Amino acid sequence: MSEKRTLQELEKQIEQLKNLNAKNGLDLSAEIDNLAEKLAERQESAKEELDEWDIVKLARHPDRPSSKVYIDRLTDDFYSLHGDRLLGDDKALIGGMAKFNEQSVMVIAQSKGGNASKSKETNFGMLRSEGYRKAHRLMDLAEKFGFPILTLIDTPGAYPGKDAEEKNIGGMIARSISKMVSVDVPTMSVVIGEGGSGGAVAIGAADRVLMLENSIYSVISPEGCAAILWNDENSADEAARALRLTADHAKELGIVDEIIGEGPEGAHKNLEVTVSSLEESLNRNLSQLLELDRETLLAKRHERYRNIGSFKRVTKEE
Amino acid sequence: MPLFRDEEYLRVDFEEKQEKDEALWVKCKSCGKLIFKKKLQENNHICPNCGAYFFLTAKERIKTLVDSESFVDETRRIESDDPLGFIDVKPYEQRVNEAQKETGMFDAIIAGTAEIESMSLVLAVMDFRFIGGSMGSVVGEQIVNGIELAAEKKFPFVLVSSSGGARMQEGLLSLLQMVKTTSARNLLDREGLPFISIMTYPTTAGVEASVASLGDIILAEKGALIGFAGRNVIEKTIGEELPPDFQSSQFAYDHGMVDAVVERDNLRSELSEVLKFF
Repeated sequence: MSEKRTLQELEKQIEQLKNLNAKNGLDLSAEIDNLAEKLAERQESAKEELDEWDIVKLARHPDRPSSKVYIDRLTDDFYSLHGDRLLGDDKALIGGMAKFNEQSVMVIAQSKGGNASKSKETNFGMLRSEGYRKAHRLMDLAEKFGFPILTLIDTPGAYPGKDAEEKNIGGMIARSISKMVSVDVPTMSVVIGEGGSGGAVAIGAADRVLMLENSIYSVISPEGCAAILWNDENSADEAARALRLTADHAKELGIVDEIIGEGPEGAHKNLEVTVSSLEESLNRNLSQLLELDRETLLAKRHERYRNIGSFKRVTKEE
Repeated sequence: MPLFRDEEYLRVDFEEKQEKDEALWVKCKSCGKLIFKKKLQENNHICPNCGAYFFLTAKERIKTLVDSESFVDETRRIESDDPLGFIDVKPYEQRVNEAQKETGMFDAIIAGTAEIESMSLVLAVMDFRFIGGSMGSVVGEQIVNGIELAAEKKFPFVLVSSSGGARMQEGLLSLLQMVKTTSARNLLDREGLPFISIMTYPTTAGVEASVASLGDIILAEKGALIGFAGRNVIEKTIGEELPPDFQSSQFAYDHGMVDAVVERDNLRSELSEVLKFF
């Protein structure tokens, strides 16, 4: 906490000096540079001290930019589409057509909502069966029109509810994964906040998977894991460390291709930096994918997922 | 496509050794009655008193499902390498070792070729005793190998699920087995081969939300548990009690998730009836 206050204090001082600089015509630029350098150093070391649980908190930070923010910043002419054509429209899943660098794309994004009333409307980013069916429908459309697919992942997990089970939510997640691995257009996924278990991977089986620096991607929530394995929800921080749910680890495992830097203290403090590095990466990856013919694209995707796993040969005697 | 033909395979020992330190009697969780173990085995592991289903080990399942002596084990000799160095109240490595000792298996699945009434198939069967039948890297790999073998031999693929879901102790790698198995499953579509998914107790979470729910035909064994989120989690979320038959085989059938609910004694004949179409 005190380190955080020191950082804030430094930021404030720099701000004040900049104001003085501008107002009085004094040349304080050397002072400012000096302080800015100090700040950067301390921010860097503060970052190194972040453990998995700190990152969980950052990934869930109430001010963390939601997918709506990224859609606004990264694309033009977003045209929102609604409904799964059977049961309803899941507000936890935003989807629609947009222009990304003049290229028509299909955006499929999980939305936590942001503020309290919005969060309720979007069910805190927990999709129901309708949401996964809607995702499937949008992938069908993208395939028909040859639009590359961009998915933004931010969910604590699929909705654990009676109605969701009655509407076969597991089967809908399975069908969404199945569609995504077979769709014959380029696909890119970005974990922007929480990549919570099956509900996240349902729209995450892409040709390129990116992760924001302070986002998490996990087989189960740390709380859920703690409740089952430690028999104690309060061991969530311990579970988070054991699960190694950070971007660095996901990249080590080859599940994530690139980590998008957020700058010090997270994306909500450095939106411009985050958006511009994300945009650069998406651009580069999309142009690479667009160069592949359909067969190569699908073969590479199949190979990518065929090889995920870690095991060894049995050496013990039977 | 690598099919690991050069690997050695283990043989399932159908002449099961007399288990030494196991009790002769077991208690039925449903009616509480003590049952003579041999009698339970003879009754397909169904309680002779109340009709409750005991879950079957993978070997027992294979025995009850396919022609005797037809099963050729093609399970690869691979085991978990504890990629996360995971430790909860117990190290994961220890959990794996204990499960291997208890079950005599490398991990929670056996896969191989078999015949039912002389019809060939590739059969993969999960075993709930092995860390809840959970799917980590090894289970995912064995399922994919089974699918690839089916695609190579042009056999139908049959998966018998008995799994609580993805294996937490392998973290994200387990989650991605959902994608790996689903992606492989699509090979069967390309070859026009049937995939028959048999859901038994339990087929839940990451396994239910991936390959198990993608059967061309899905049979649910009576007494199965089928669903995505656990009952406790749902009750806590919605704050109300769920009906007793929630996530039962009948519940899954009533909600259009499976093609049939089949009694254990009839599963073999039902599967054979389905396979005759292909």
